[in-house]
Parts: sequence; C-alpha cells; structure tokens
Amino acid sequence: MGTVATPVVELDAVTKRYGAVEAVRGISLRIVAGEVVAMLGPNGAGKTTSVGLMLGLRVPTSGAVRLFGLPPTDRRARSRAGVMLQESGTTSVLTPREIVRLFGTYYPAPMPPEQALALAGLTDKADARIGTLSGGQRQRLYLALAVCGNPDVLFLDEPTVGMDVEARRAFATSIQTLAAAGKTVLFTTHYLREAEELARRIVVIDRGVVIADASPRELMGRVAAKRVAFTAVGAVPSGAFAGLPVAALENANGHVRFLTGEPEAVLRALFARGVELRDLEVVGANLEEAFLSLTRREEPA
Amino acid sequence: MSAVAPVLPMLLAQTRSELVTRWRVPAFSVTSLALPILFYTFFALPFARQTFPNGVSVGAYLLASFAAYAVGSVMVYGFGINVAIERAQKVDVLMRATPVPPGVVITAKVIGALVFSLFSVILLILYGVVVAGVRQDLSVWVDVTARLLVGSLPFVTLGFAIGYGSGPNAAPALANIIYLPLSFASGLFMPVSQLPGFVQRMAPYLPSYHYGQLAWSAVGAPTEPIGVSLAWLAGYTALFLAIAVRAYRREETRKFG
Repeated sequence: MGTVATPVVELDAVTKRYGAVEAVRGISLRIVAGEVVAMLGPNGAGKTTSVGLMLGLRVPTSGAVRLFGLPPTDRRARSRAGVMLQESGTTSVLTPREIVRLFGTYYPAPMPPEQALALAGLTDKADARIGTLSGGQRQRLYLALAVCGNPDVLFLDEPTVGMDVEARRAFATSIQTLAAAGKTVLFTTHYLREAEELARRIVVIDRGVVIADASPRELMGRVAAKRVAFTAVGAVPSGAFAGLPVAALENANGHVRFLTGEPEAVLRALFARGVELRDLEVVGANLEEAFLSLTRREEPA
Repeated sequence: MSAVAPVLPMLLAQTRSELVTRWRVPAFSVTSLALPILFYTFFALPFARQTFPNGVSVGAYLLASFAAYAVGSVMVYGFGINVAIERAQKVDVLMRATPVPPGVVITAKVIGALVFSLFSVILLILYGVVVAGVRQDLSVWVDVTARLLVGSLPFVTLGFAIGYGSGPNAAPALANIIYLPLSFASGLFMPVSQLPGFVQRMAPYLPSYHYGQLAWSAVGAPTEPIGVSLAWLAGYTALFLAIAVRAYRREETRKFG
C-alpha cells in the first residue's frame, strides 16, 4: 500500500453564517484527484457559498477547508485551480485573447491562449471586444480563463447559466475533454439532467447541508418518484396526509397533486382515512419533480 | 516546474493590460490627454508670451500648473472611476480567486497611471513649446515632470479612497466635485494671486496648492521651501490612505468575510 493521496478538496464540518442567515450548516466533503463532481441543489441551497469556501473567497464560520492540503488562500494551492464564478466580470474593453494571455501569466505552466480559447469554443471571437460578446459567449470566455492556467482542478459555479442549447452541448464536450485529461472538476448546477449527464458523482445540497452524495445511477434509483393527481369528492379531511411520504402537496379547490415514491401505499392510506376521489392519475415524475421530492422530503408537514 | 508563477512577467502583463484598458476607454484617455491641453488653450494661450514682474514666463508658469492638474487628474479619475467600476463588475472577485498577488495588481495600476501621466505631461509641454512658443531649457521640463510624478502620491490615494468608498455611478461625480474645485482653488487654472480673496486664504491648506509649488519652483517662481510642500503632501497622502484603507476593509468584510 502506498500513502493515501492528499484530497484535492477537503471540507471538514464547515459552517458559514452571514449575519442571521446560516448558508452552510455543517458540510463535510472530500474530493479526490480525477473526480467529476456535480454539486446539485435549488437556488439558495448554499452551493455558491460552498464553492467560495473551497476557493478561500469566503472564510468559514467554523470547520476547516483545505485545497491540495493547503489553506485555499495559499498561492501554491490557487496556482493549481481554475475558477469560473457566477456573476464575476472582466474589463470589457480587452479582447478574449488579451485577457486569456494575461491570466496565463498568473500560473506556473499555462497552456497557449489559443488552446484555452479553442477548448472553450471561443476561437472565432478571440479578437472581439469582450463588451460585444453575448451572455453565452461570455460564459465561454470565463471557461477559457478557468482552463488557461492548465490547472489540476476546475471549480465551475453555475457554468451553463445563460447558455443556449448549442452552447450547453459544446460546454458538455469541453467538460468531457477535461475529465478525459484527468482533471478534477467540480461544478454546481440546479439541473439534475446536467449533473446526471456530466458527473460521476452528485452531491445534493439543500438548505446548507448535504442530503445525498452518490453516483448518478444510485441517485436516480432513489428519487424514482411518481406524480399523483386527483379530484377530491367532498372536502379532504384535515390531517388526511399526516405522516404520509408525500412532497410538494397542493390542494386547489379539491384538485389535489403531490409527489411520492410509494403511490400505492399513500392511496391506500387516503382511502382508509375516508378520502373519496375521482379522475385519479399516477404518472412518472419528470427529473425536476423527482429532484424536488428528494430535496423537500424532510420538510415538516 | 515551480509551484507558483514568477512575479515579474505577471507584473509586466498586468501593466500592459492596464495601459491598453485606459487607452481604449475614451472617457478616460480623452479626458486625461486632451482636457489639460484644452484648458491651457483657454486659460493660458493669450498670455503665454508675457512675463510676470519677477521675470518668470507666464506661459511656463501656467504650463507647470496645468501639468500638475493633468497628473492629478490621471490619478484621481483613473483610480477613482476605474476601481469603482471594477468593484461593481466584480472583476475583483475573479482576480481574487486566481493566484495573482493583490500587490501585483495594485502596482500595475500605479505604474500604468504613472506612464499615462507621463504621456499627458509630454503632450502638454510639446503643445506649450510648439504652439504657444514657451521657451525653457529641456532640463526644466524634465525637472517639472519628475517632481510631479514623484509628488503625485496624495492623488493616487485620493483616487483609491474614491474608488473604494463609492459606487460606479457616484465615483465620476465625486471625483469631479472634489478635484475640479480643488484645482481651481489651488491656483492651477490661474495664479493664486488672481483668485478671490477668500479662496486665496483657503489655498495654502489644499493638497493641490502644495503640489503646484513643486512645479512652480521648477520654472523659477518664488515658492515655499520644498520641505514644507513635501510635508503637506505626505500629510494628505496619509489622510487619504487612511480613508481608502477603511473603505477597502469594509468591503473586504462584506464581500469576502
């Protein structure tokens, strides 16, 4: 047995509080070299804060953060990381080629600017002013800036926001290329489909805690939810759903909808509690609904 | 392979980007290169070939004044507006996540501003010599330029104070409302002796007045001892630096706490 390799990223019982808001409520996570990890969760789940903590952009309230075994603010650690942040900007009067060349000088062994631009699919806009780029092209520029230093790990916060379908596909190809080259990749998204397609590991975050950490296949098995809808005949007795494994429950004038992994058991209980219904529909939930059922399962009734 | 990139190429590339960026923003490049020449044309050209009773050339005296105005404006507007905009665009957040040391970025900004100031002063002096027919030894102009670049620190720190203390919309207004009256009241647009009485009494307390002294003494005008000028400039540097650091720290806590 050799020595255990230092993890690329290590969070140990990390919390982060902004005033009264606890954005991260105790996350422990290890990411090792070569992993492609999606951090999945709804808006406000704590994804951006988690990435900020990993990069040393934010100081944890408690707990420890390590990047390549070093404090994330250490230049040696940062020199091995490429970063694409949400809503960060660049000077608009430079061209992509100029700024990629500039960022290359920050790193000890950068790739040629042309290679970074090609990898991000921005070659044809390399000499345009950044101010004239579309939202999707700007995202590609940020990807080029993230890879130009030839980093060992890439942190991509909501990388596909603002991209159209074609740009998303190009982005997926870029990520696969990087993963094939042995890079460690961590990206955040609120699309389950994107996480499932690109990552080999999905960490689901909700309200500042990790609620699932599994391979896409495992996770899909766990969230195989059904959408149930019916019209109640007469009033639904209060407490009819008490203790039942349902999520996203709605009752609009007797038109009842909810998500559940066990439709038969739920319906049996409802009948037993005196609920009368018609127009029953049970369909497979789509991915977003399935994800919703996973993240909201623990919500108190 | 070394674990981190060497600093010197990084600094050179960063400085180059600063200069290119400044050059390509007309609001900045036109203001700092053309405005001093325009002001010199209005305020000084008609009297450029006259001399003061003490024998000092009016054209040279006002060229020194507007050179001081030009360098100060590059610093105040450059840092004030540029830093405020970068903060608003969150350029600072992205830079912060890269391995570039913050000192490299700030040093590049200062070098870029000094180079731009140098351009601005050279253009202005060329204009004065060629168009206005002002005659002085080359060594005088070199002396004026060197003194103004070295003495510009209070305006660098004033720029940073505006850039970190205000937003992208407020910064240009704030820079104007501070810098223009300051220049006027310090005798950079016309000699202090020709200003209204209450302004004359105020002038000796202003940083631009003592900055102007550095340039005026280089063209032979009687001025306060250079030590006094430098002491005032050092004091204002410390004051503006304290304000800038305070604003910077407040932002640090909010953005990166």
